[in-house]
Amino acid sequence: MTKIKCAIIGPGNIGTDLLYKLMRSDVLEPVWMVGVDPASSGLARAREFGLKTTEDGVDGLVPHVVADNIQIAFDATSAYVHGENSRKLNELGVFMVDLTPAAIGPYCVPPVNLAALADSGVMNVNMVTCAGQATIPMVNAVSRVQPVEYAEIVATVASKSIGPGTRKNIDEFTRTTSGAVTRVGGAVTGKALVVVNPAEPPLMMRDTIYCETVDAPDKDSITRSVHEMIADVQKYVPGYRLKNGPTFEGRKVSIFLEVEGLGDFLPKYAGNLDIMTAAAARTAELFARKIIDGTFVPAANSATEAA
Amino acid sequence: MTQEALVRGKKVKLHDMCLRDGMHSMRHQITIEQMIDIATGLDEAGVPLLQVTHGDGLGGSSLNYGRGLHSDREYITAVASRMKNAVVSVLHVPGIGTLDELRMAADCGAGCVHVASHCTEADVTEQHIGLGLQLGMDTVGFLMMAHMTPVPSLVEQALLMESYGAETVYCTDSAGYMLPDEVTARIGAMRAALKPETEIGFHGHHNLGMGVVNSIAAVGAGASRIDGSAAGLGAGAGNTPLELFAAVAERMGIETGIDLFRLMDTAEDRVLPIMPKPPRADRDSLTLGWAGVYSTFLYAAKDCQQKYGLPARDLLVELGRLKMIGGQEDMIEDTALTMAKARGLIGSGN
Repeated sequence: MTKIKCAIIGPGNIGTDLLYKLMRSDVLEPVWMVGVDPASSGLARAREFGLKTTEDGVDGLVPHVVADNIQIAFDATSAYVHGENSRKLNELGVFMVDLTPAAIGPYCVPPVNLAALADSGVMNVNMVTCAGQATIPMVNAVSRVQPVEYAEIVATVASKSIGPGTRKNIDEFTRTTSGAVTRVGGAVTGKALVVVNPAEPPLMMRDTIYCETVDAPDKDSITRSVHEMIADVQKYVPGYRLKNGPTFEGRKVSIFLEVEGLGDFLPKYAGNLDIMTAAAARTAELFARKIIDGTFVPAANSATEAA
Repeated sequence: MTQEALVRGKKVKLHDMCLRDGMHSMRHQITIEQMIDIATGLDEAGVPLLQVTHGDGLGGSSLNYGRGLHSDREYITAVASRMKNAVVSVLHVPGIGTLDELRMAADCGAGCVHVASHCTEADVTEQHIGLGLQLGMDTVGFLMMAHMTPVPSLVEQALLMESYGAETVYCTDSAGYMLPDEVTARIGAMRAALKPETEIGFHGHHNLGMGVVNSIAAVGAGASRIDGSAAGLGAGAGNTPLELFAAVAERMGIETGIDLFRLMDTAEDRVLPIMPKPPRADRDSLTLGWAGVYSTFLYAAKDCQQKYGLPARDLLVELGRLKMIGGQEDMIEDTALTMAKARGLIGSGN
C-alpha cells in the first residue's frame, strides 16, 4: 500500500515517541527528522532508523520537500517557532500537525472532531495539550447527551513526564486546555487545573472530569456515552481507562481516569505524552488516507505563493 | 546557645492567613462583612500583611476545591480598600491560577503575592514570579509540602525561585508534619544558600501542635517572615495561631511590631465567632500531621466518611501512602470510591 511521506520537526521525547508510532503505521512513512542541534541524540536515533536528518531546522528540510514528496509534517518544537515552521511548509503544500500550544489551526481531538476537520480541508491542526487530549473526549461524551453548563478538568502528570518548555509556559498550557474544554468539549464554560506530582516511582497520568449539566443528568445515557467514548480513545491509546465513575451528585457528573502509555520510547507512566503522540499519529493517518483516496489534496498556501 | 539567645532582638514580619487558609475550614464561605471585620481588626493590631483569596489561591473557586461564596475580585477589593497600613496578599498556584487572575488581584489592590508550587516543582513558577515583580508586588516564592524533599533539594528549589526574582522564599509545612529540628535544618540551609537580601519565611500548621515552636525554630535559623492565623483559623488543625506566636515572640524578645492585646481581641471577638468550631487536632487532623498529608484534604476526606462510611483517617493514611500532593483533591473522592468498593461499602457499579 502507498504510504504518505512525513517529516517530524523536533527530535526530543515527543518527536522520538511519535517516530516509533509512525514506523508502525500502514499509511504513514517517516522520512525526515528535523532538529537544530547536531549533537542531538534524537537525531542520531532517527538516523539509526534510516531517516534523513538535518540540524538546520525547517530551513534544512525545505529544499527536500518536493523531491522527497513530504506531504505531512509534525511540529513537536515550541509555540514560538511553530508559526514560521508552518508557514514555510504550508507554502509547499505540506499539511501540518501541530503538537505545540501555538494553535494556529483548529484544535483537534480525534474521537470528537477529527472526521469533521478532515472534511474541511484545513492545512494545519493543533493537538491542544496532553491534558486536553485526555479529558475533552469525556466532556464531549457528556455534552453529546445533554447540554453542559460548566466543565472542569484536573490533570495530574508525573514530574518526570513534563519538560522544561511546558513548565516555563504553564500558563499557556492551562489556558489552552480550558479553552478547548469549551470549544471542542462542548461545555458553555470551562476550567482546567494542572498538577505536577514528583512521586517515585512516577505516578501514572490521572485525569478527573467534572461536568455540570444544565438539567438533571440522564445517568444511563451519560454512563453509556462515557463507556463508548472510552472505547473510541482506546483504539489509539489502549491504556486509557476509567478508574471510577461516572458518579452523579445533583447536576455534577464526575469521571475519574488513568492514562497509561504504550511505552514506545517513553515510560508507561507518561500516558500524557503517549496520548499526544498517539492522537497526532491518528490524526495524520486519517488525512493520509484521504490523500491516498484523493478526497484531500493538500494545497499550497496561495496567498504566500502570490507574494 | 539557648533558643532565646538565638532569637532575641530579631525582627519578624507576621503574615496572617485566616482569610485565605481559613477559607478551607470555612469551606470558602466567609462573607464579605466577616472579611472586612476581621481584616480591619488585624490592620488595627498592626499585622503588616494579610492574605485574602480562595483557600486554593486565585482561581481556586471550582468544583474540585469548592466554590467561593464570592469571587477573589470581590474579596480583595472589599478588604484592600479598607486597609490603613496592612498590605493585602494573595496566594497564586500556577496550574490553578492564571496570569490574568494575578493581574486582576494587583488591580484590585493586592500588594503581595505568594507564588506557590510543590517543593520540587519550583520551575513552574518562573512566569508568575516574573509577573508579580512586573506588577510591583512584594513577590514571594512559596515551596509547599516542604517536608517531602531532602534539605539539599529544597535549597536547590529555593535558589530557582530566587533566580526568577522572588524576594522572599518560604519553607511551607503544608502538612503540619515537621518537628523543630527539621525546621531548623531547612531554614538554616536556605539562609546559608540564598542571597543575604532574600528574606526567608516559614508557614506552619498546627496538626501536631508544633506551629508556634516550629515558627520560633524558624526565626532562630534565620526566617524573618512568619505565617499564622488569628485564632488558628486554617486548614487541618489550623495554622500557627498568630496571637500565640506573637505572645511567645514578645516573651522571647522577637520584635514583631504587633499590638498583642488588639490581636488577641481580633482573634477572640471577630474570628472565633465565625467558626463552626474552634480548630483542634482531632484524630483526622492529627493524622494529617502524623502521616504528612496536605492539610486541606481534611474536609473532603470527612465528606467521604459521611458519603461512604469510610473512616476519614483510613482515607488520609492511604492518600499519604499514594504520595498525593496539594491540588489533587480529586483523588480524595477517587481513592474513597476505590476503597469503599474494595470494602464492600458501595457497589462496584459506582
